[in-house]
Amino acid sequence: MSPLHLCLALSAALFCTGLVAVLIRGNAILVLLGVELMLNAANLNFLAFWRFGPGGGEAGLVFVLFSIAVAAAEAAVGMALVIAVHRHLRSIRIADANRLKG
Amino acid sequence: MTTLLAVLALICLAPAVAAVLVRNLIHSALLFVLAWLGLAAFYLALGAEFVAFAQALVYVGGVSMVALFAVLLTRPGRTDLLPPPSAARAVGGLAAVSLVASMLASSLFWSRLPSMEPTAPIPLRRLGELLAGPYLVAVLLVGLILTVALIGGLLLAAPRRPAEGADA
Repeated sequence: MSPLHLCLALSAALFCTGLVAVLIRGNAILVLLGVELMLNAANLNFLAFWRFGPGGGEAGLVFVLFSIAVAAAEAAVGMALVIAVHRHLRSIRIADANRLKG
Repeated sequence: MTTLLAVLALICLAPAVAAVLVRNLIHSALLFVLAWLGLAAFYLALGAEFVAFAQALVYVGGVSMVALFAVLLTRPGRTDLLPPPSAARAVGGLAAVSLVASMLASSLFWSRLPSMEPTAPIPLRRLGELLAGPYLVAVLLVGLILTVALIGGLLLAAPRRPAEGADA
């Protein structure tokens, strides 16, 4: 098994784990953390192809840095939304938040 | 190198799987932190030192704190154990995930990837020159995004004053 295959397999496994958290767990915080895990899997793909793929260059590495920054912004806004939803509905279950009007 | 990467992959993957399966919310958040730390170690073994430290700083230092604060601020009443999701939802989710997993596995199994020599790691000085040169606009835009996200998060999460007629 080549290192590139190993990286891609780990990335696929992490993506599926995040997808399970998003689709099956009904908790808003766990859904957000699952999305973060899926973003991490995408970052791992970028790094794997930067290191082991053809072409060389450094765009893959630099893109991961920007991706991490955007993921941090997404986590901050997402957690603020979770707190706002909890204040309105006294619940952080996704199934309870089914109205746009608070 | 493959052995080291495989061990680190297991160290990274096991807490992630456990985090999804565990029912206690705080345990789950802490297991996610462990998975991110393992991923940082994986990046370090891949030769991307700066990204590894950025991952450790942002995820283990920042996102984990935000997540734990959110967990503590939204404690559901007497216990952290939420009722399990409905069976239909679980079955549908598992079907979707197994479909995605089989697609990923088959594409991984059947594709013949080029076995290239690993490219040399980028020295930190070169990375700094890249970020300050060709990617300067992107760096500034990311700073703008982070500022806007910070202000937006503050506005969303801050309780409204009673004078504004909110029900907070």
